[in-house]
Amino acid sequence: MAASFAEIRDQAVERWRSLTDSQTPWIRVGTALCGQAAGAEMVADAILEQLEKQGLSARVSRVGCLGLCFAEPLVDVLIPGQPRVVYGNVGLDQVPELVASHIGGGQPLADLVLGCLGDEVGDDLPDLQQHPMKVREQRIALRNAGHIDPLDIYQYIASGGYEALNRALTELTPAEVLEEVNASGLRGRGGAAFPAGTKWRFLAGSNAPDKYILCNCEEGDPGAFNDKGILESDPGTVVEGIILAGYATGANHGYIFIRHGHDGPIDRARAAVDQAYDLGLLGEDILGTDFSFDLEVALTGDSYVSGEETALMEAIEGSRAMPRYRPPFPAQVGVFGKPTNINNVKTMAYVPEIIARGGEWYAGIGHEKSTGTAILCLSGTLNYTGMVELPMGINLTEVLQEIAGGVPGGRKLSFIQTGGPLGGVLSAEAADLLLDFDIFRAAGAILGSGGIIAADEDTCVVDLTRVLIAFCQYESCGKCFPCRMGMSHMLEVLERICRLEGTSDDLALMRNIGENMQAGSLCGHGQLGFNPVASALRYFPDQFEAHIIEKRCPTGRCQVPHFSPRLSRR
Amino acid sequence: MDGLKQRIEKAVHCQPQATVTILSSLLAVEDELGYISREAVEEVASFNRATINDVWAVVSFYPNFRTVPPCEHKVEVCWGPSCHLVGAMPVVASVLEAAGLEDEGDTPDGRLTVRYNTCLGACALAPVMSVDHHLVGRVTPEKGNALVSRVLNSQEERAG
Ligand SMILES: Cc1cc2nc3c(=O)[nH]c(=O)nc-3n(C[C@H](O)[C@H](O)[C@H](O)COP(=O)(O)O)c2cc1C
Ligand code: SF4
Ligand code: FES
Repeated sequence: MAASFAEIRDQAVERWRSLTDSQTPWIRVGTALCGQAAGAEMVADAILEQLEKQGLSARVSRVGCLGLCFAEPLVDVLIPGQPRVVYGNVGLDQVPELVASHIGGGQPLADLVLGCLGDEVGDDLPDLQQHPMKVREQRIALRNAGHIDPLDIYQYIASGGYEALNRALTELTPAEVLEEVNASGLRGRGGAAFPAGTKWRFLAGSNAPDKYILCNCEEGDPGAFNDKGILESDPGTVVEGIILAGYATGANHGYIFIRHGHDGPIDRARAAVDQAYDLGLLGEDILGTDFSFDLEVALTGDSYVSGEETALMEAIEGSRAMPRYRPPFPAQVGVFGKPTNINNVKTMAYVPEIIARGGEWYAGIGHEKSTGTAILCLSGTLNYTGMVELPMGINLTEVLQEIAGGVPGGRKLSFIQTGGPLGGVLSAEAADLLLDFDIFRAAGAILGSGGIIAADEDTCVVDLTRVLIAFCQYESCGKCFPCRMGMSHMLEVLERICRLEGTSDDLALMRNIGENMQAGSLCGHGQLGFNPVASALRYFPDQFEAHIIEKRCPTGRCQVPHFSPRLSRR
Repeated sequence: MDGLKQRIEKAVHCQPQATVTILSSLLAVEDELGYISREAVEEVASFNRATINDVWAVVSFYPNFRTVPPCEHKVEVCWGPSCHLVGAMPVVASVLEAAGLEDEGDTPDGRLTVRYNTCLGACALAPVMSVDHHLVGRVTPEKGNALVSRVLNSQEERAG
């Protein structure tokens, strides 16, 4: 007989208390992709080594991402009864002193402290919640990120996890769960911003016996790492969201789809699924009810287009990730020929909180038809790069200049690229926009998955456009020729413009190719692939003209020998 | 150590997840061997009741699959836009130079593979590269060069 949810929760709370209230210090090291890239795994190992060497005892957990990626490696020390102290940019050589001073002597190493988290702030130490990257944050999907051990389901449960599922299964009908999601106004975070409730209703309307829920973590967009970041930091909220989606739509099978090689997100997602099975939160008769749901992690090879919903189904079935013709739509004929609903990781990650707090609560956050928060990945030439969750409706210029701390070295912002390689390019002046799906779209950009790449005045917009199209060429799946040929052709044109060998016909030629791709391509890759060029032309016509007519690159950055790896997948 | 054939069979037959497909079988072989050999294609085809052609279709689509044995080490360099904007190109150039290569690929002595990557997922710490699957952020051309040299030397020491 499986334990009841109340028993599981009591156990989880007890374990959490022993972590936070016992006399043993708790050290958390951020080891998401950003942490790894900064050497956090080695720092965590060094901490363990020093604890042993100095004869000190402490628990060390490898956690996810607090969002302050620019300051990685982050080490977070909690000694019960004292403020929770977060260190930034911790080098291997600083570990012995840090351990000796803080764990051994109870004295934080002030020079290295980034700030304190929580209600208590130490004397003379900054309050991390007042940091520009933190002060305007409202964390819903990221509520546990960086705080809990992603490999321990009990920590998720102790933080309120699976309350929503328990409540839904015992008190709400599937239709009521669907209604909450509908009322929340939640829109898909995978790019198209389609209302999740509407999509769920399509699937709920089918009375086929086998239905599927897919969660998309392909995340091939360069500049976006929030899906991987969520799975690495708090896979529980994604798993719970998927089970709730299954309950609301009457589906009994699910897949989390991740690109092979991203071991952090894969291992943590797998652990969250396995542990949920162990506790009776997945599988047959979940929590003693008659609802059953099976969930599995499926992997794909390197292919950006495998993130497109129908290509993803092909990849799950084990084939080439080439998009299918529509209709029939996935809600009628999806993976393995069964009705299917597909959502992005972020979309799913919101669902437990929406069910726990109600759709109306969520709808009250945000701006007009863009409810809730935007989970942004800030990269490029910014002082504070990382991942932030902000209520929709904040001005993008404010995000760039204040939250991200502006451009380093006193240089000026020139342009930003949003929404991945199929998104758009905006001039710094045009970035005076509110975070809102519809406002972004009207400006020729896409808020989409939340990747925001900033470029200062020393970078060339024509050159970046070339790189974006090089990416699109490399990733075209090759199924339809307007995209396969169009991307290659457009790349050739952009390369010659960057070599200052463009001709006066080239802009018209690119527009012509772009229109053909838009009209004749099967999937969004070809249909939207002209977006970066169109938006760059819209905001920076003078830059293109300088390259083509004056034969000069105003920033000098196109003179660098450039390369654009080619790939043909025919 | 098991022979090649046994390793392939084990990888294909002992996949832990419930859904087993051509792609999942190939990924399992890649994890085990680092490449997809001819025998592996045949094994994956027969295990999935598919044709050799069906399997090749998948192998040739995903650029992560190699068809020749891997080099001892692998370095990946990101050329995605976040990295490009903050200096990926000079890093690519210095990594290639340190490896003695003109373009991505294997060194002739089979010691190092250099691959371009469209995004290694640590864009906030651009430019990013990876050395034997370990990410390294904020690389400079000098650091890229040093990392490649270190990897090449470490192998020499072992051989000597
Ligand atoms: C070329 C291409 C690549 C895509 N890649 C992704 C991806 O990596 N992740 C994702 O969630 N959606 C991606 N999408 C969008 C998906 O097709 C789909 O709309 C989305 O996963 C639905 O989730 P949502 O409704 O929660 O946004 C891609 C679309 C296209 C055309
Ligand atoms: S538009 Fe491009 S990516 Fe999409 S199916 Fe056609 S060739 Fe493939
Ligand atoms: S663009 Fe280089 S790591 Fe993402």
